[in-house]
Amino acid sequence: MKKIIYSVLALFFIGNTIAQQTPADKQTTPIAIEGATAHLGNGKVIENSLIMFNDGKITFVGSATSKIARNGTLIKATGKHIYPGFIAANATLGLAEIDAVKASVDVDEIGINNPHIRSLIAYNAESKVVESMRPNGVLMAQITPRGGTISGTSSVVQLDAWNWEDAAIKVDDAIHMNWPSSFTRGRWWLGEDPALKPDANYGINKENIKTYFTNAKSYLESNRKPKNLPFEAMNGLFNGSQRLFIHVNGQKEITDAITITKNLGIKNLVIANAEGAESVAKMLVEHKVGVVLQRPHRNPNSEDDAYDSTYTIAKTLMDSGVTVTIGMEGQMERMNTRNLPFYAGTFAAHGLTKEDALKMITANSAKILGIDTSVGTLEVGKEATLFISTGDALDMRSNQLTNAFIQGRAISLETHQTKLWKRYANKYKSK
Amino acid sequence: MKKRILLLFVFAVHVLTAQEYFPTDSGVKTTKNSTYAFKNATIYVTPTTIIKNGTLLIKEGKVVSIGKSVKIPSGAIITDVKGKTIYPSFVDAYTNFGIQKPKRTASRSRGTQYTASREGYYWNDHIRPDTNPIKDFSFDTKKAKELIKAGFGVVNTHQQDGIIRGNGLLVALNPNATNAYRILDTKSTHHLSFTKSVQSRQAYPTSRMGAMALIRQTYLDADWYAKGKMNHKDLALEALNTNQSLPQIFETNNHLDAIRADKVGDEFGIQYTLVGSGDEYERLQDIKATNANFIIPVNFSKAYDVSNPLLAKQISLRDLRKWNQEPSNLAMLAKNDVNFAITTHKLKSIKSFHKNIQKAISYGFNQTKALAALTTIPAAILGNSSIGNLKEGSIANFIITSGNIFDAKTTIYENWVQGSKNVITAMNVKDISGDYMLSVNNQNYQLSVTGSGSNPKGSVKQGDQKVKSKFSFKDDWISITLNKDSGYTRMIGKIINDANVMEGTVFDTQGNESSWSASKQVAKQQKKTKKGKASKKTAFPVMPVSYPNSGFGNYKQPEQETILIKNVTIWTSEKEGILENTDILLKEGKIAEIGKNLKARKAVVIDGTGKHLTAGIVDEHSHIAASSINEGAQNSSAEVTIEDVVDPTDINIYRNISGGTTTAQILHGSANPIGGQSAIIKLKWGENAENMIYENTPKFIKFALGENVKQSRSSNGTRFPQTRMGVEQMITDYFTRAKEYDALKKSGQPYRKDLEMETLAEILNKERFISCHSYVQSEINMLMKVADKFDFTINTFTHILEGYKVADKMAEHGVGGSTFSDWWAYKYEVNDAIPYNASIMHNAGVTVAINSDDREMSRRLNQEAAKTVKYGGMSELDAWKTVTINPAKLLHIDDKVGSIKVGKHADVVLWNNHPMSIYAKVEKTIIEGRVYFDYKVDAKKRLAIKEEKSKLIDMMLNEKMNGGKTKVPMKRGDINFHCDTLEELKN
Repeated sequence: MKKIIYSVLALFFIGNTIAQQTPADKQTTPIAIEGATAHLGNGKVIENSLIMFNDGKITFVGSATSKIARNGTLIKATGKHIYPGFIAANATLGLAEIDAVKASVDVDEIGINNPHIRSLIAYNAESKVVESMRPNGVLMAQITPRGGTISGTSSVVQLDAWNWEDAAIKVDDAIHMNWPSSFTRGRWWLGEDPALKPDANYGINKENIKTYFTNAKSYLESNRKPKNLPFEAMNGLFNGSQRLFIHVNGQKEITDAITITKNLGIKNLVIANAEGAESVAKMLVEHKVGVVLQRPHRNPNSEDDAYDSTYTIAKTLMDSGVTVTIGMEGQMERMNTRNLPFYAGTFAAHGLTKEDALKMITANSAKILGIDTSVGTLEVGKEATLFISTGDALDMRSNQLTNAFIQGRAISLETHQTKLWKRYANKYKSK
Repeated sequence: MKKRILLLFVFAVHVLTAQEYFPTDSGVKTTKNSTYAFKNATIYVTPTTIIKNGTLLIKEGKVVSIGKSVKIPSGAIITDVKGKTIYPSFVDAYTNFGIQKPKRTASRSRGTQYTASREGYYWNDHIRPDTNPIKDFSFDTKKAKELIKAGFGVVNTHQQDGIIRGNGLLVALNPNATNAYRILDTKSTHHLSFTKSVQSRQAYPTSRMGAMALIRQTYLDADWYAKGKMNHKDLALEALNTNQSLPQIFETNNHLDAIRADKVGDEFGIQYTLVGSGDEYERLQDIKATNANFIIPVNFSKAYDVSNPLLAKQISLRDLRKWNQEPSNLAMLAKNDVNFAITTHKLKSIKSFHKNIQKAISYGFNQTKALAALTTIPAAILGNSSIGNLKEGSIANFIITSGNIFDAKTTIYENWVQGSKNVITAMNVKDISGDYMLSVNNQNYQLSVTGSGSNPKGSVKQGDQKVKSKFSFKDDWISITLNKDSGYTRMIGKIINDANVMEGTVFDTQGNESSWSASKQVAKQQKKTKKGKASKKTAFPVMPVSYPNSGFGNYKQPEQETILIKNVTIWTSEKEGILENTDILLKEGKIAEIGKNLKARKAVVIDGTGKHLTAGIVDEHSHIAASSINEGAQNSSAEVTIEDVVDPTDINIYRNISGGTTTAQILHGSANPIGGQSAIIKLKWGENAENMIYENTPKFIKFALGENVKQSRSSNGTRFPQTRMGVEQMITDYFTRAKEYDALKKSGQPYRKDLEMETLAEILNKERFISCHSYVQSEINMLMKVADKFDFTINTFTHILEGYKVADKMAEHGVGGSTFSDWWAYKYEVNDAIPYNASIMHNAGVTVAINSDDREMSRRLNQEAAKTVKYGGMSELDAWKTVTINPAKLLHIDDKVGSIKVGKHADVVLWNNHPMSIYAKVEKTIIEGRVYFDYKVDAKKRLAIKEEKSKLIDMMLNEKMNGGKTKVPMKRGDINFHCDTLEELKN
């Protein structure tokens, strides 16, 4: 025990010696960016563009040839590219610092149904992992609890803040639920075949979910006494102010999840991970269910699947008219969230146009998270959360940020990692 | 236990044949007549020597005489078996008959057990050659009955537990004698497997490769012991040395294991008989090349119930094929002249034995070979010429049948074991089948009797009306019960003459007695309908086997072609840099020419306009294509090698070539400081394991430092070392001992050959290179200092995420760094990992590679290389080298692969785009001039999978609709191997 305490203390100590980047101050002077290729996020591109913003809001989006006064600071960005800040859906940034150090992990609460568990209050705005997002253009994220059947409530944050209150863009945006699988895996560690077999309990598991939601609904319609915190937390699901994200894989499971929750009166539905969604695309369109795909950089679902099946899925779904974004859930998800642009790039390599791929992590993610009125595209009136890259930001070779802004604030692109880089690069140079 | 055996013997003396010198207290001594003659039979002396109308004469349990004109001595009991067939009883060389399975030892503590539980035996509990099952043997009458019924006369049995399992026991299935008679050989065979004993929790070996290394070391130690060099008793080694002269039988779980077992045997001049698993057809040529005798099970799997399409979708082609192809295994083995016996091993019920043999025959398995596989071949495997045949002098084990033993309609009447009769179906039961006119109580009925043998069925009609009835024929007595109107009429009677007239007594509903009779009418032909039914059971068409036998497998290996790629952008990974609009000629597996306007001659020409050509990607750190990755039960496992467990069936090989990777070092995991030896392979999808490993492959070994080896994530680690301080001492200790070992070896004096020390001595002698898993600067520095002390150089630090902190020291030591592009934050020791690592090390003069350690990342290492451009600003040319020539250098294969240079292997990748662009896709991956991946062929393969799956699903539906048994669909589970993956893959 003592050992653990010491190592935790050591962790804090190290964490404190290398200070995080200081959040940028509020925008005080107008900024104009001229000459860049602007990727608006909604599919449109403006070559030789002019983008202006003031008080944290975009005031002009158009051509650099337009004769309009450039107030305040002018940034010449000819040959460069400008993008809306990328938004990572279904992420756990700031909920854990080091995967293997339990003391640093606040991702998964115990219990089966935890709708009242709120990620926002555990979000560590000063996480070293969080700051490593910004140099890659990832400027916003949905912070999502994991585990159980109902994991809890997520919030959307921007990634340059002093604390979680400052960070919040949309508080308690959605409740997240893990839909049971109709398969169960053999326990290979007990010598069983690791194969997946139909789970005899699937029907019961479904029934339990139905019962829980029904009970919540009848509680909310009653005089609500005595108070039931989990049920109280679900109010937004029934009045439509909050979304339900169902993390679900499999054609059968997705169909069940949508049918059952729609019947329960859930208004805003999103499915996450969504393996097999291509087989039920029609239903998704019909019920206006957005899809948060898994990262494409993973292995195909089964041996006989095409090697690129995880790469082509976005194109298939978008061609069917489904609104699609990319989520982060999976192995080493926090550290990998900075690769969000390259996941979109991979989808572009395998079918999507580059602008459609970009849409996935800008306009679409904003829409799916319910923040599209304020962010997600470069449009007048929206928040000035955007960045300039020397080249194509979806390609790792050319994703090089020169400037980034969150709500008009010019944020630092330095990190714990860039500091170490400079320190050691200089060490050998000086020799 | 002993008591029970004694009781059994006492009981036996009373009812069974007793030894002649045993006293008798139950009456006067009598001698049974034991001479029998069987006349007028078709007799299979062996599968190929058949006597028609012959006589078999047996006496005192032995065949005395056999032939067409045998003189029958007076006093012999003569049985006329005209029209019947006599076969030698079957022999099963692989059972655990009469031997109780040991119970799994209850775990006393949750910690890992490192040392052996037994004293006076070998250091590893799973080596149990001293197991002699005679002391635990108890004749299992129930099981014996089942086996006798199936035609077996003799079984070989042993304790199926442990890696080296001890000797076998040869038992005649004679329920009418005592063990004194029926145990034919108390030490018939010696047994091995790759599976650990359940009687011990000793952790080593946790992997297949560990089991292989353990068997090797045991053989070496047994030899050393035999030479009298050990100054202590080791009962296990003693037993092993004694048992070496017996036939050696090795049980395996799949064809890969069969090939692996054979390889170990060959190294020690031992030819094992291999117990197969039924999937040998997947690699017939390799199976044949073992030159081993096989013992093959016939536990064919049931079809999947595919009526639910959503569930059916989850079954892989590999698993669907298994059901379809498996029944042809025996036929294919026979056609390829593999010598094999058939066993009941793995069958859930002996009842399905004949059905499955019949199935195999319907799939083309030759009947003579089938008979041999059940008689002469198992006998030969067991080295016993007196069983499995009916030659004079052989044991009188034989079965009497109504005809061809492999015909579903044939009845087995009797199975004689050691000259003692076991009746299965009464032989001379009258065939009473036919239609009868039944007269009872002044009424006439039609009685129809079907089926021959001891259990015919009867039905009764009156006019067109069916009458409820019960019919039985037992011990020559017929009984019929009629249920008509309100009451029951009961009849009992017998067949009274050859004309098949039945007569007897009837009791009517009032209990009045009178007589009844039935006379046979002219026989009708009824057989046609039966034939129609039988034809439904014909075999399904067998799908061709691909290599590997799963989706995307190749039906034949790609040809080595002469290929000319014209007008392409070539990334040479050499000082020439990028060559635009250039031609390249691949010939005889090598890069033959690079230049402008090369002549096509007979080459296949590919237009490379707008495309990019690079050397195949080399992954310095991969865990694909292996059945196991970690042997973590000891702090050093230098004796194990991944080369032993390369798995060519892993789909990730195909996925990797689809991403341009052509060479990979398959590294042991990082569970212990001194890991195992690597396999450096080419990803030749479809080839066997041996052909994938590099020729004259450089020798590598994995070492590991830090959190994994000190068991940081285990709450109860007890293995030394638990700190980085301990790691240094542990490694130093091993090298110190290896140095002493090597000195002794070189001195010419006798020494105990130790596989671990041999491997470590190779490192000291600069014949083997270390690739060391490492993270933080302190441990990196430490290992370099240890190496300096022993005067060798660490070849590669892999992972090396804090390499940038000691890059100058690394350059000075001369070690390379093979790192991740951007991984960090997954454990404490990667807190300071930065994506600029590669660039800083590169600038400091270290040879830098980007590796995967991940089967998914290894199919897009081009993107990972591109990250070194983003992070730290490496030039694109240098970035590309981190996945081609640099890892090739680190693996000492840069003379063969890693760059585009005349004379090097034609391992090249054709990309549709700048190879480091996120938008790049592979069009072709060529290894040694063979196109292993082609995106156009891939598209065809996808369609073929879909088509074949639907064909197989159709067949399974057909099977189900026609009453075949089915099982619930399942989805293939798989395990993603990383450095710290401790478990074993099933195949």
